[in-house]
Amino acid sequence: MKVRWGRLALFFVLVAAILSTIALTTRDILNNLTLGLDLRGGFEVLYEAQPLEKGQKITPQVLADTAQALQNRIDVLGVTEPELSVEPPNRIRVQLAGVPDQEEARRVLGTPAKLTFRDESGKVLLTGQDLKEGGAAQDYDETGQPAVRLKLKDADKFARITREHVGRIMAIYLDENELSAPVIREPIPNGEAIISGNFTVEEAKELADLLNAGALPVKLVEKQSFAVDASLGKLSLQQSLEAGLYGILVIFIFIIGYYRLPGLVASISLIAYAYLVLLTFVLLDVTLTLPGIAAFILGIGMAVDANILMYERIKEEMRHGKSIPAAVKAGSRRSFLTIFDANITTVLAAAVLFYFGTAGVRGFAVSLIFSIAVSFLTAVALSRILLNLLVRANVAKRPGLFGVKGDEIGEL
Amino acid sequence: MSYNWDFVGKRKLFFLISAILLGAGILSLLIQGLNLGIDFKSGTRIDISVKQPVDVEQAKKEFEKLGYEHPSVRSGQEGKVLIFRTDEALDKEKVLQIQKHFQQVYGDSFAGFQEQRIDPVIGRELARNAIIATLLASIGIILYVTIRFEYRFAVAAVLALLHDALFVIGAFSVLQLEVDVVFIAAILTIIGYSVNDTIVIFDRIRELMDQVKPKSWEDLSRVVNVSIHQTLIRSINTGLTVVFAGAALFLFGGESIRYFSLALLLGLFAGTYSSLCLASQIWVVWKWRSMQRVKERPAN
Repeated sequence: MKVRWGRLALFFVLVAAILSTIALTTRDILNNLTLGLDLRGGFEVLYEAQPLEKGQKITPQVLADTAQALQNRIDVLGVTEPELSVEPPNRIRVQLAGVPDQEEARRVLGTPAKLTFRDESGKVLLTGQDLKEGGAAQDYDETGQPAVRLKLKDADKFARITREHVGRIMAIYLDENELSAPVIREPIPNGEAIISGNFTVEEAKELADLLNAGALPVKLVEKQSFAVDASLGKLSLQQSLEAGLYGILVIFIFIIGYYRLPGLVASISLIAYAYLVLLTFVLLDVTLTLPGIAAFILGIGMAVDANILMYERIKEEMRHGKSIPAAVKAGSRRSFLTIFDANITTVLAAAVLFYFGTAGVRGFAVSLIFSIAVSFLTAVALSRILLNLLVRANVAKRPGLFGVKGDEIGEL
Repeated sequence: MSYNWDFVGKRKLFFLISAILLGAGILSLLIQGLNLGIDFKSGTRIDISVKQPVDVEQAKKEFEKLGYEHPSVRSGQEGKVLIFRTDEALDKEKVLQIQKHFQQVYGDSFAGFQEQRIDPVIGRELARNAIIATLLASIGIILYVTIRFEYRFAVAAVLALLHDALFVIGAFSVLQLEVDVVFIAAILTIIGYSVNDTIVIFDRIRELMDQVKPKSWEDLSRVVNVSIHQTLIRSINTGLTVVFAGAALFLFGGESIRYFSLALLLGLFAGTYSSLCLASQIWVVWKWRSMQRVKERPAN
């Protein structure tokens, strides 16, 4: 049989296309990967919201408002990309990556937000707890200017304070940050005040949010914290990537040594596999953590399995005396269901894991599920296509290329 | 095939080996339990990275100076990481104090600081969820395999995966290695791998059963032995590639995932062993009994 150059050319074009795409875009993909705190350094803390007063309920709304309050404090720190997630029923997880001053971050987050109303001398007149929950709202004053409307719990107390401080400033502080410094124009009897100033609508709304958030009588208790030095994170990343590289190299040497031509095909599809898994991570914005990388590297080891299953089948068919094209066809067909059954059970386990896992374990489960899906695609589809091209091009004619010895082949 | 090792015939030996290993693990779990990391116990863990290998005894003295009695300090990563653990949930100030102190002690060779603090409630929740997840996953696997194969295969596969998980947990208890949240992820990976490996052999047994339709014990055990032999190269080769990956992680992956990698490696060995030597053997014994029962019934 003559070599069919067209098929062979197609094989090389396909391989070149795959490898060059990977070579050209890998850098971008790596740069766009979201790395977990353990890999880039940073600070994570899990708070539990506890009621300040007896009988108070922690509702989803209260949690959301508290998260907003924390967000506002983080903005004060100037951290880019803070991540806050509410974990019902009563937890809030805060992740700060690349905090320049970890110490300050801990201090600012660790102490509960405190909203105070102070006179000129700094004496605290009222606190956030005097405000009605959700009692601040953006509104307009009598001249039509954007303003903030406040409702207080105790109208009498407010009336007394405003009476005593007419004409003076009552500054509003969130912790030690002055939010606004309105002047009391007249005593306010009904427990409702309007703060006007040169606000835009957005500013007024923001102040109202801050007041509401600061007014939340929620105690935040640190339940878990995790801090990694940026340099240490970098070291972990570097080490795990190095480990991955060595592992993959040994795997390649092994499968090419054992399976020869199909092994080479498998190596190409494994490279595609690794690339596609990273691509899905970027597209789905999966946060890559240390165990995630470990799962990824291990996934490569497992992805080889689908190839090995197929090649062993092919070898078996060849030993039974089938021609190489027939053996490849029968081998890939007969291995398909096995690969399917074996993988679906693992996906099942990973899905359950995802459903029950917490943040870290979830990331791991997601990595596992996508690794399997992609491994299915590359091992079953890509490996088959490439191998078939080679076989149909009539270049893979010797059983030795498949790691089958001549004397093993029986008579049909 | 030139090699013809009798996997089914040695089943009693395999059962005995597993019983001894699991027995030792369970005994150790009952007597000394697991060396729980701070993920499952209240406490603080501090990792200090240093550029040169450090003297652990010296570091212990430094911790004593800061007022910690009998501090638990060990080193990792060729002595370049100092790991301090205490059952006490240290507050921010104390952690900061430690950081500052060691920055002074090590000066320029101070390379990094990592701190972790966890409330035991969270750890217990994680562990509970992991156990629920494992049980649910087992049920899911049983259902799927029952539909695709038969329930005997399903139960045998699940017994094998529980064996693997228990083996690794037992080993960690015997060796008193620290167990953290990532360990749960390792166990779950092991379970996934174990099932995967077992199913491949079962798949082959099923295929051969359809062709051979065995009537005697000899036929049945030959079907299983042939199935194992036909998939043996695949089992070994897949096991090897996964071990390559796991070993690379263990050797080069850094301190933070060392135990994770170790758990994986142990689990991969257990997974390959249980697929070859336990799962099919459990199945074949069970299958033979039910075949005999079917045979007896018309006679009665």
